[in-house]
Amino acid sequence: MKTDATRLTVHELTAAYARGAVTPTEAAEAYLERIAKLDGRVGAYLTVTRDHALAAARAADERYRRGTPRSPLDGVPIALKDVLSTRGVPTTCGSRILERYVPPFDATAMARLADAGAVLLGKTNMDEFAMGSSTEHSAFRPTHNPWDPGRVPGGSSGGSAAAVAAGLAAAALGTDTGGSIRQPAAFCGVVGLKPTYGRVSRYGLVAFASSLDQIGPLARDVRDAALLLGAIAGRDPLDATSVDEPVPDYTAALGRDVRGLRLGVPREYFAEGIDPDVERAVRRAIAALAELGAAVEEISLPTTEYGVAVYYILAPAEASSNLARYDGVKYGLRVPGARDLIEMSGRTRAAGFGAEVKRRIMLGTYVLSAGYYEAYYGRAQKVRTLVRRDFERAFARVDLVVAPTTPNVPFAHGEKQDPLSMYLNDAYTIPVNLAGLPAISVPCGFSPAGLPIGLQLIGRPFDEPTVLRAAHAYEQATGWVARRPELA
Amino acid sequence: MSARPASGWEVVIGLEIHAQLLTRSKMFCGCPTAFGAPPNTQTCPVCLGMPGVLPVVNRRAVELGVRTALALNCRVSERCRFARKHYYYPDMPKNFQISQYEEPLARDGWLEVDLPDGSVRRVGIERLHLEEDVGKLVHEGTLETAQASLVDFNRSGVPLMETVSRPDIRSPEEAAAFLKAFRAVLIYLDVCDGNMEEGSLRCDANVSLRPRGSDAFGTKVEIKNMNSFRSVQRALEFEVERQARALEAGERIVQETRLWDADRGVTRAMRSKEYAHDYRYFPEPDLTPLALDPAWVEDLRRGLPELPRARRQRLVSQYGLPPYDADVLTQTRALAEYFEAAVREFPQAKTVSNWIMSELLRVLPGDDEGALRASPVTPGRLAGLLRLVEDGTISGKIAKDVFDRMVRTGEDARTIVEREGLTQVADTAALSRIVDEVIAQNPRPVEDYRKGKTVAARALVGLVMKATGGKANPGIVNRLLEEKLSKL
Repeated sequence: MKTDATRLTVHELTAAYARGAVTPTEAAEAYLERIAKLDGRVGAYLTVTRDHALAAARAADERYRRGTPRSPLDGVPIALKDVLSTRGVPTTCGSRILERYVPPFDATAMARLADAGAVLLGKTNMDEFAMGSSTEHSAFRPTHNPWDPGRVPGGSSGGSAAAVAAGLAAAALGTDTGGSIRQPAAFCGVVGLKPTYGRVSRYGLVAFASSLDQIGPLARDVRDAALLLGAIAGRDPLDATSVDEPVPDYTAALGRDVRGLRLGVPREYFAEGIDPDVERAVRRAIAALAELGAAVEEISLPTTEYGVAVYYILAPAEASSNLARYDGVKYGLRVPGARDLIEMSGRTRAAGFGAEVKRRIMLGTYVLSAGYYEAYYGRAQKVRTLVRRDFERAFARVDLVVAPTTPNVPFAHGEKQDPLSMYLNDAYTIPVNLAGLPAISVPCGFSPAGLPIGLQLIGRPFDEPTVLRAAHAYEQATGWVARRPELA
Repeated sequence: MSARPASGWEVVIGLEIHAQLLTRSKMFCGCPTAFGAPPNTQTCPVCLGMPGVLPVVNRRAVELGVRTALALNCRVSERCRFARKHYYYPDMPKNFQISQYEEPLARDGWLEVDLPDGSVRRVGIERLHLEEDVGKLVHEGTLETAQASLVDFNRSGVPLMETVSRPDIRSPEEAAAFLKAFRAVLIYLDVCDGNMEEGSLRCDANVSLRPRGSDAFGTKVEIKNMNSFRSVQRALEFEVERQARALEAGERIVQETRLWDADRGVTRAMRSKEYAHDYRYFPEPDLTPLALDPAWVEDLRRGLPELPRARRQRLVSQYGLPPYDADVLTQTRALAEYFEAAVREFPQAKTVSNWIMSELLRVLPGDDEGALRASPVTPGRLAGLLRLVEDGTISGKIAKDVFDRMVRTGEDARTIVEREGLTQVADTAALSRIVDEVIAQNPRPVEDYRKGKTVAARALVGLVMKATGGKANPGIVNRLLEEKLSKL
């Protein structure tokens, strides 16, 4: 029997291509078939780019035939969160207001993956404009957690995480503004990496909160995440906030053990409200790292409790500005019948944005208003600096901060109706965005009900190699990643 | 103004000047900035504000801003920052404008202006910052009756420099003089073409009145829509009178924005809907703060050209030119350079000045730098022509014809003079024969002369000139006539 390409990691798949065990076209077809069969139940995709995928796969076939693959991602079927611009392919951001919008250009991350030979299977579901932690705020459809269809996959990159977990893509890109890669990775039992702010170009990423947004991979294992990061990282002249820092070979550090690494465990991340199953699994994971030779010590990040409050001032402020352009004038939705321009924009925005997006636009508009700016935006920026300093102090003593990714396991659809309880779900991921640091979520076990739990490893700026090295050592020692949900 | 109700009041005026910078590409993208292209042909995703695009600062625009700031004696900020200014208008694709707010490019400068009465006014410069221009709305029909409006985004993103003066201007005449001096500086620096009609230089004014001797400011009114120097002066004259009348009638001035209506010669209040109130500025998160290398700024300072006022003073002191000539010749750098280049080759400054003012500026507009630089009559050729006059080869009268031929043909003076046989007849023997003939054929003026009517000699000179086609050397003709007539 031929290899089932959809069960392989990226590095296994490209090794199989090189051996001739399977071709990129066979892999793409297998994935497309599986999407056709299963995605009705998962809801990971908003758009499937069948023709694009097959054309790209055929070109990759030829390169492997000649023995000249372009990169370790050549011919690899991937999915992109629908917030990343793709030339000629709809990019909706999960919103009615961009339902018919087709970008005339590729996001830099997309262009780099295409240059590497990756095969785009489609665009994945998400909370509208990346605002949410459950993918329930998608204007189009819910996404179901592959481990339990009654539960959410997390968000906002829920479609990407579910696609990787369910074997509907070999790997995917998501975006992380307050945890939107790591939290769905934890909820879906996959690896999710948020790089350092500035590591990956944001050009073509439809902005939610510009000072926090970062693109990163969702993958079946740490090595795959390292490969994807290597392909998309690096300075981009089109993004002034992308940093001119050399891009190392992220796979080079994999396989080194964690002996001598100092790990800090912040006591504030095990505060009340944490699910005991989550705490148990994460403590066990930390003990496993200690057994592997890491030095573990308790640390304190005292400003942790302000993270959510700071985030819900700064992110909506930037969002209210970034989303001002959707006015019905240039692209996307335009509600007809208005008598003048103001009415046209008003009606378009009223019909085109969902409730959560409107809530954040209002919050953001308010905190930037004359008379309130200093009290809200100005003060939040100061506290953001304090959050960053907390981490700087911690990293003077330790090499990595280890913590749970989320305080809880995946919740049921419709369970969190109150926006605040939804926001608090991101308490452990938000401070990392505020500080601009790299962090990974790696599977570290399951609740008694069989729901995945994620371990978060946070590193110094641009120290993705250490983050990946420790995550890989843990993954190899424990084997949680081998578990896959059974959908068939 | 004739009737001056303002006499009991002191006028206080400050100007806000927007100048389009002479860069080849736009402020935050690579699109061209040329004026007059078909609508929406000079656009890209960035200046159309499409989802996911990011701005990248135009280095040349920063350089032009710094050069201007240095010429205006400003303090150039070592670190400045862009900010977003929000309001909804369909000509602005992002519904915010990238500008600068709390941290402008430069502050605290001044410009000295020569006033018509010979005094000098030093007008303070409060700040100078960079921003992007907006697009242009085109209504089908008039604004009131239009059934549709179209947007041309060619201008969207063109670099603008806004300069805000301190309220140091004391009359509408001074405002016009300041604006002219300011414009001359921009043109000297090659920063802006200064064209007010095409909108590459735009001026708004803040006007208030206060009782003479008072230090407190009155309520200010902002005047917009002044598209020429004349408009600026007329609008301000109208507004000063309007405010003075109102104050003298015991009314209060309303702080508002008024539009200058050049056809009716009045300012009228804008509807309150026409201007926004709360711009909700916040730092542009897509651009890192701009740190200017002090060495680079110093390089730019050293590279500054001589500015118009200094050059005017030097033309008077170095060449002994009348102030009026110096004023005309320094209206642009190209004209002043033309003058000085010609004087280097023909060191009679007043003669050169006369020729430039009466001949060159008759055929070329003095404010058209391109035309001056491309003039077929180069400074060297003008000097060559003047040398032919000086050494008596041609007469001053013939020289003017030769000048016109030089403009038409692009040849030098000597070539034209030799080919056309325009050399003065200075051959005494030949002239002597012609004088004899004229005397023989014109007995009446000869008789008159002999009777003591010496003016009759002038008629005889004219006849000799006519007989030689204007080429006779008038000095020699005079001498010969006198000799021959006295011998009769």
